[in-house]
Amino acid sequence: MKDTTGLDMKTINNLPGRHRVGKIWRGGFFLSTILGVFFLVILLFKIVNDSFGYIVTEYGLSPNALAVNGVPVWDLPKQDLILFLQENVSPGRFKTLMKAQPLEQRSQKEINAIIIQEIVKPKVAQTWSLTESLFQKQEIEAIARENYPDGELSFKAWVNWDFITSPQSSDPLYAGIRTAILGSLLLLVVAITFSLPIGLGAAIYLEEFATDNWLNRLIKTNINNLAGVPSIIYGILGLAIFVRLWEPITSGAFLGGVNVATLNGRTILSGGLTLGLLILPVIIINSQEALRSVPYTIREASYGVGATKWQTIWNHVLPNSIPGIMTGAILAFSRAFGETAPLVVIGASTYIVYDPGSVFSKFTALPIQIYQWTSRPQDEFRNLAAASIIVLLVLLLGMNALAIFLRNRYRRSY
Amino acid sequence: MTESFQQASLLLKSKKASRAGRTRRPGEAIIVAFLFLCGIFSIFITIAIIFELTKEALLFFQDPNVTLWSFLTGLVWQPKINQFGVVPLLTATMVTSMIAMMVAIPLGLMIAIYLSEYASQKIKGAIKPVMEVLAGIPTVVYGFFALTFITPMLRGVFGSDVVQIYNMAAAGLAMGILILPLIASMSEDALSAVPRSLREAGYSLGSTKFEVAIRIVVPAAISGISAACLLGISRAIGETMIVALAAGAGPNLTLNPFQSAETMTGYMVRISGGDLSYDSMDYNSIFAIGLLLFVVTFVLNIISQRIVRHFREVYE
Repeated sequence: MKDTTGLDMKTINNLPGRHRVGKIWRGGFFLSTILGVFFLVILLFKIVNDSFGYIVTEYGLSPNALAVNGVPVWDLPKQDLILFLQENVSPGRFKTLMKAQPLEQRSQKEINAIIIQEIVKPKVAQTWSLTESLFQKQEIEAIARENYPDGELSFKAWVNWDFITSPQSSDPLYAGIRTAILGSLLLLVVAITFSLPIGLGAAIYLEEFATDNWLNRLIKTNINNLAGVPSIIYGILGLAIFVRLWEPITSGAFLGGVNVATLNGRTILSGGLTLGLLILPVIIINSQEALRSVPYTIREASYGVGATKWQTIWNHVLPNSIPGIMTGAILAFSRAFGETAPLVVIGASTYIVYDPGSVFSKFTALPIQIYQWTSRPQDEFRNLAAASIIVLLVLLLGMNALAIFLRNRYRRSY
Repeated sequence: MTESFQQASLLLKSKKASRAGRTRRPGEAIIVAFLFLCGIFSIFITIAIIFELTKEALLFFQDPNVTLWSFLTGLVWQPKINQFGVVPLLTATMVTSMIAMMVAIPLGLMIAIYLSEYASQKIKGAIKPVMEVLAGIPTVVYGFFALTFITPMLRGVFGSDVVQIYNMAAAGLAMGILILPLIASMSEDALSAVPRSLREAGYSLGSTKFEVAIRIVVPAAISGISAACLLGISRAIGETMIVALAAGAGPNLTLNPFQSAETMTGYMVRISGGDLSYDSMDYNSIFAIGLLLFVVTFVLNIISQRIVRHFREVYE
């Protein structure tokens, strides 16, 4: 005999068996959940593991051999150091160094650093991960002695203050992410200025003014669809419109003055506008939810004392929903901050040494830098990528923490 | 009643209130017009996307070497020798997305069932932030993870002569982890929305907790779960950075997940990464592929939304 669920009486009466099956599955559900947590742990572990560890550096010239008349250069006064530098680098290179900042004005420590970079010329020969460095120290030392007799083994934290404050460089030992961080921040500023007012305006319209007609239904459906459009589509839209069609504006050529021939539209302005379009639907949806959470009684009370609709919105609905709006907006900004594909498509430059000066500058961004370094085959660039990921994740974590703080600090329950 | 209301409103009429006036101030019409423009702006974005993609894609199809038919059915994508068949890019997209869904759907669903049916509030409070963090990590980080962790692991397990340095399996697995939180949280919402009375009815008929979860709650929430899966598939198809980093550069018609192959999105990133000259065949081709991508994800999203709306009507 079978019932509608397809179980026969024998199975149904076997209660211990049914409970056993239930227990096994319960274990399976629990393990899946643990597995999800495990993925996050292993991801973070991998990134930290690659950001620290032993490296072997080999020198073009041994730093201990550098001496003038028997005195090691590191003991020389500043004036002699500059002379030494002048004698040992090409005249053109010396001029460039002087141009960046006259050597006399630099500190002893800075000049020492320049001597190491220009004359000693250290190169990374091999790198190890953090776990290897911790648990296989002897083996690493043996390998270093055997394969790189002239090399120096040292422990390096790839993510450090110099890394954050130095500009991009093709040499992994001196490469930094300052230009990338500044680029990312400027992009975010442009994206926010563009998308926050429009997004908030759209949310207010949809929640407070829109009646239930076909146009407003279309707008709502459309916003939901836009939120699901792949980010790379926004990238090619930005390429076609901001970079190409609006080139006179986004390149800054309409301001005149600068050499128009070298300008193109692949600037921070284009990138920021593209990111703005990308997060606009998210901002609208989140703001709508925040506005919806303000109870109708507050509006009624405001109308009751004779306020107009806009006065009600401006003086009561918005102040009450601003924490929710900000929380949603910050989450949208953090999405823009980590977005890579659209920026690659609109043509973010990968090798930018100078800080972006204005919204019309060419730029690189933190995720772009990570993408570039990850795609290089050498290990030391993977280490740089891991170090940049740590910086990116810390910045994102900061933004999210701010969002959660705002939500908890200003949340009101009605 | 009207009289007392009028009296009350007279009493309330302070100087400020009377200045504000009872009728709408003329300035408000401007504000409302501005808000309406903001609202309608999103429609312009969609129009711009469709218009630009179609315009450039039409230029692509005007080339004598390309027809819509040869584009959709051609087995070779070699722009250098004027072969523009999108099938190799499509199969790579399908293989990576399928691997991703094979990870994300079963795991995501099991996590959702655990969280909605079994977990205490305390465990829920601990797991949900983890899922939010996983969902918030930028995709380029998953790309790094796929290339520097999953690929070496796969090569260690299956042998480096079987698994290529760039392969679709690593990209698919990383994408699965990326989509997992989306499916888990959307399915959990769907499961939690099933009314408690249905569960109680199940228990009263003598079902065990597991039988209630699998035979009553999951079927009742199936529309929400399938909407989550469709949205996940659409995310996987449009995902870019993971495949650009880990799946390989260069179209390759293969279903072997351990080989390298370029997906539609991977191709778009690689071609536009360099200094792309306008009106070239390369430039136009990314718009043609972009249009295809847009149409596919758009249809999936619409179906998913329809299902969600239907599902809402059932229980609210």
